[in-house]
Amino acid sequence: MESTSHHRSPTEMSLPTRYALYAVLILGSVIMLAPFFLMLLVSLFPGEALLTRQFALNQITLNNYAETFSVVPFGRYFVNSTVTAVTVTVVQILISSLAAFAFARLRFRGREPIFLLYLATLMIPAQVTLIPNFLIITRLHIYDTLLALIIPGLFSALSTFLLRQYFRSIPMDLDEAARIDGASSLRIWWQVILPLSWPVMAALGIFTFQATWNDFLWPLVVTSSDTVRTIPIGLSYFVGQYSTAWNLLMAGSVIALLPVLVIYMFAQKSFVQGITLTGLGGR
Amino acid sequence: MTSETAPAELVRSKEKRNLFRWRPDQQWEAYLFIAPSLIGFTVFVFLAVAASLGISALNWGLSGPKGFVGLENYIQLLRDRVFWKAFGNTVFYIVTIVPLQLAIGLAIAVALNTAIRARDTFRMVYFLPVVTTIVAGAIVFRLILSKTGPLAGLVNGLGDLLNLPLAMPDMLGSTKYSKWSVVILTLWKNVGFTMVVYLAALQGVPQELYDAAHVDGASGWQRFRNVTWPLISPTTFFLFILQTIGAFQLFTEPFVMTRGGPAQSSMPVVQYIYDNAFRFTRMGKASAIAWFLFIFIFGFTLVQNIMQRRWVHYETE
Repeated sequence: MESTSHHRSPTEMSLPTRYALYAVLILGSVIMLAPFFLMLLVSLFPGEALLTRQFALNQITLNNYAETFSVVPFGRYFVNSTVTAVTVTVVQILISSLAAFAFARLRFRGREPIFLLYLATLMIPAQVTLIPNFLIITRLHIYDTLLALIIPGLFSALSTFLLRQYFRSIPMDLDEAARIDGASSLRIWWQVILPLSWPVMAALGIFTFQATWNDFLWPLVVTSSDTVRTIPIGLSYFVGQYSTAWNLLMAGSVIALLPVLVIYMFAQKSFVQGITLTGLGGR
Repeated sequence: MTSETAPAELVRSKEKRNLFRWRPDQQWEAYLFIAPSLIGFTVFVFLAVAASLGISALNWGLSGPKGFVGLENYIQLLRDRVFWKAFGNTVFYIVTIVPLQLAIGLAIAVALNTAIRARDTFRMVYFLPVVTTIVAGAIVFRLILSKTGPLAGLVNGLGDLLNLPLAMPDMLGSTKYSKWSVVILTLWKNVGFTMVVYLAALQGVPQELYDAAHVDGASGWQRFRNVTWPLISPTTFFLFILQTIGAFQLFTEPFVMTRGGPAQSSMPVVQYIYDNAFRFTRMGKASAIAWFLFIFIFGFTLVQNIMQRRWVHYETE
């Protein structure tokens, strides 16, 4: 066709092709967004509106939200989810970065075998350790507590691996210079390596927070009372009890989605990067 | 990777030996650094894996006596029709979800990798379900796919309009379609992830190659087939492995949407593990299923790693 353009475009399109492309992409976006729209719509109208398909604007109400909050302790779930996800994220990265520091920048006997052992565990599906971990939690007498939700999440081979890879890319001269100045290893970890590793820690942090917040199987297994449930678990019990009270279920879903969606809106780029980068194991 | 850097490190360690490498006090210091992690790993991973293998050789209902049965749980499973049904369902999920997710994700990525306006907005929209709580997604899709839901209304309306006998099948309540409901939900939830990864890969394809192909008179499809596809094959391979492992472990989507029903028609293997362990308290059997799952995943990954030489193109070759 005509001359080559210089923007990042692999193909030059004719106008009809371009319009067709927009049409398809917009249709796709409508499909992706429709569930959110439906959720919001149903949550804002009385239960009968869905049956009669009459969504008159003057009927908009927040009653469903009020009723949902009165029958389901969403505030409690929210606190549980937040405490769990924040603690797991922060402590997991600290513990992993300590180990990653040793694996990347200290020499000790057994370093490579232990690291390989860590790597090997990446192959093991979580279902294999599910039952023993449940038993350990009951033996530790922390079944149905927030500790049960938090503790097994603090140890991550993936985090350790990604941090170690990143730490290895930092010049060794920095450690050596700091050591000449009399800095201890702990100090080098905290004041030299960690401050230089913000990009990878941010990516890991977002991934871990999101994964912990949305985790389902483990919290399902180690919680039994309403006061300990996280948002996804609470929501799934809510479905069990009110299977067709759609207006309430949708209000509950909106409440459950809101916190993560708000963060996503504000930190969209880091979210996408963090989840993709870490989800791919850093490749 | 490690072997490449070893000689350099060796040389360096000789130079700087006195400074800080291999000092005996660094040994225990290093152990202190890995201690918190290693203790946790020992308990929740290493011991747990060993325990899981041990439990799989027991006939144990949590409270009762633990009878050692050797490989009996595994042998029983081979004859367990429900297990094979669940396994068949999981295979169904893999062979539907993985190709569809890769194809749709790639299609959107290719579309977004053109000189298009509002690319970031589209990307944000398609990625939105990835960050949402799957339980909320499952709830809304239960409404969308229900017999009286909006999609059924749309299909019926379309049927009336075109005067055709169109009718939505009972997506959630029939054994024939319940798995497809799970597939639809999973695709909606995960397509954005595949899209973002493919988009990054596409942006790494050098523009000169397209220009050269263009000069040679290659059509759009030919350029995709002969330039794009081989160059992004490592990404395809990696996503294929990752998504298949994910599909092997599918649980939440069917659990919340259909509870594996009706008549276990949408129950995946992981739910069979969950049911055996936490509903029927058959810990031995549940552990044996988990090990089967592990073996399947491991075998699959191994085979794919051998097969990849046939179709994955690495630039260094």
